[in-house]
Amino acid sequence: MALVATVAAMALAATLAGCSQGGGSDAQGASNPKLTNCTNKMMNDAPQVSVWAWYPNMAKVVDNFNRAHKDVQVCWTVAGQGGPEYAKFQTAISAGKGAPDVIMLEADQLTGFEIQKALVDLAPYGANDVKKNFSDGAWKDVSQGSSVYAIPVDGGPMAMIYRKDIFTKYGITPPTTWAEYAQAAEKVKAAGGPLFGDLGSNVPAAITALMAQKGAVPFTYNLQDPKNISINLDSQPSKDVLDYWAGLVKKGVVGTQDQFTTDYIAGVVGGKYATYVSAAWAPGYLTGAGVGKGSEKGSFAVAPLPQWNAGDQVSVNWGGSTFAVTSQATNKKLAAEVAKGIYADDASLTDGWKTQTIFPLNQGVLKSDAFINNPVDFFNGQTANKDIYIPAENNYKGFNYSPFSVYYYAQLQAEIVKINAGKISGSQAATDLQATMVKYAKSQGFTVK
Amino acid sequence: MAPVGSTTTTASPPRTAARPSRARSGSAKMLARRGRTGWIFIAPFAAVFVLFLVAPLAYAFYLSLFTKGLATGTVFSGIDNYVKAFTDPSFLNGVWFVVRFSIVLIPVQMLVSLAAALVLDALTTRLARFSRLMIFLPYAIPAVIGALMWGFLYSPTFGPLQQLFSLFNAQAPFLLSQGNVFAGLLNVVTWQWAGYYMIIIFAALQGIDPSIYEAAKLDGANWWQVAIRVKIPLVASALVLILVFALIGTLQFFTEPQVLAPVANGTITPDFTPNIYAFNLAFSYAQFNYASAISFALGIVVFIAVYIFMFATRKRGSLLK
Repeated sequence: MALVATVAAMALAATLAGCSQGGGSDAQGASNPKLTNCTNKMMNDAPQVSVWAWYPNMAKVVDNFNRAHKDVQVCWTVAGQGGPEYAKFQTAISAGKGAPDVIMLEADQLTGFEIQKALVDLAPYGANDVKKNFSDGAWKDVSQGSSVYAIPVDGGPMAMIYRKDIFTKYGITPPTTWAEYAQAAEKVKAAGGPLFGDLGSNVPAAITALMAQKGAVPFTYNLQDPKNISINLDSQPSKDVLDYWAGLVKKGVVGTQDQFTTDYIAGVVGGKYATYVSAAWAPGYLTGAGVGKGSEKGSFAVAPLPQWNAGDQVSVNWGGSTFAVTSQATNKKLAAEVAKGIYADDASLTDGWKTQTIFPLNQGVLKSDAFINNPVDFFNGQTANKDIYIPAENNYKGFNYSPFSVYYYAQLQAEIVKINAGKISGSQAATDLQATMVKYAKSQGFTVK
Repeated sequence: MAPVGSTTTTASPPRTAARPSRARSGSAKMLARRGRTGWIFIAPFAAVFVLFLVAPLAYAFYLSLFTKGLATGTVFSGIDNYVKAFTDPSFLNGVWFVVRFSIVLIPVQMLVSLAAALVLDALTTRLARFSRLMIFLPYAIPAVIGALMWGFLYSPTFGPLQQLFSLFNAQAPFLLSQGNVFAGLLNVVTWQWAGYYMIIIFAALQGIDPSIYEAAKLDGANWWQVAIRVKIPLVASALVLILVFALIGTLQFFTEPQVLAPVANGTITPDFTPNIYAFNLAFSYAQFNYASAISFALGIVVFIAVYIFMFATRKRGSLLK
């Protein structure tokens, strides 16, 4: 369950509710600190490790872990989903206390916390023991050179979810390239059909992934060389992708509704959008939001993400989370054990993918028959894992994130709002974004190449 | 404070000449004792005031004098952050927005609350009491809940506005779009605060001596003339008070746009108002130093705005005393 960060009102409620919940790492360094504010019950008297996480099935995951461990117990708290949690973590870092021992972070947030020395390099604590469980792309997203800053749990290989009923009605076959996607969109519009897709301003991570699909490398940053960064947001691929979507918006064939909102979900339920370009966790998210329970039940299917060149198989990722150990952890060895072990047992992973809460990155699951051949209810029994998502995950090569993702996403969002209002072209947005980000990086003391 | 100090200082010199040391030391002793008693009385307040207002302000000011970049350590930078703030388009656009918003909002709010108060003051039926409660009610609803509710009412899919428009097969305007967000927020804030201001004006109206109305009526004034010529001038001090409240509140605009941002399709940006900008700088971008500077810069803007206003209304302002 990845980008639920943006789920607005819920997140807000979580912020308000979470205010009173502090971390537990300020316990007096005793060998067996008793933490308070745990959402779960302990199974024994072993030393405790505090964890912040927001997976919907986290209660089961924590119990599974605690039941299997005599040497350590997890004390779990929900400190908000995505953004609100990062804000609390950021505050705890600045304050020098209050952070948990282990924290759930989306992969694109890691670099920003690594540079503040808020995360522990897990390589000395045996992180490489579990490296074999993950694809190279997934492992690259959590490491910097030989350092490993988090253990991945789930990912978000992207694909195109579509409405079979709408495609049949207007005689459309799933587009395999973006050119076909645009043609199909116009065809549906000409026939008086619904919108073909949506360019929500609040999904900048997805749009960045789509830019990367055409070969854009927005940031090149390496923690070994922490003061230098190269920023290439106004490269031709970025401009092309933004212009492409700006063009679709201008023609009125895609919507401009923010996603993860009740209005968007209502549109998905009501057949307002023929496609939803999204990640592998989307079916679980949509099901949780109530999609697929009414007359639209069984009308969804999924196809591979359209490509820029016919026959290519360029795969990109949107969202996905990891567990990292914070540098405020009292017992780093124990915390690393939790980061490696939590949500890594069969029972938890199976529960996660069966309820489509997560798209697991654990190769053991990705290679298991049950997972590969699972008929996905949301897609009316389509073997989506085998046909779409597993190949997409295997083709994923990793991505180089900037150390200021939150700021970058906010700026990209502002540019998309302008595109959606018809104020600027995609190229112009890319140029503006480049200027803003270079200025920001310099103000933060980076040398921009 | 002023009277005590001035009497003693002006009164002392002549006496000094007549009766030298004794009286002087006596009065000084008494004054010192009085002073000590005074301090004891204000100590509880002073402690809270210093601890929760002066100390955080001083600390924030201290923070604002340093700069911390992601790639650099913390360095002392003097007033650099303030120079940066007053040349930062994000901050300046935010200030410009809240200033425009105040200029439109405050008169609208004043008119609505003044009209409601005058009508309720003139009526004496049971309906008037009920209406008074109803007009006040939005203020009793927490701002966050109120804003969430308006987010729902504005929704292009579920909102009643859309249902109304769909009767005529039309698409309702989205009141939080870039073109409409100003009016959309204006409506929310007026709804929330007009009732509170109405109560302030109403209380002032109730305090007026009814014999003044009688006199006006004997002179042949009708209802309108009483309202415009008698009541409004007599509650002018309450109106000035409301203006200052509203001005300070609006320049620090935060809650409503912050709550509505997730449903506004990106219209409400992280630098929409100076306070939202400061909040995001501190808690999303980890720039506590610059956020402190932005907060202080906003404080300066508010101070200037209020000062200009008090200066402009200095004759009416005397009624505040």
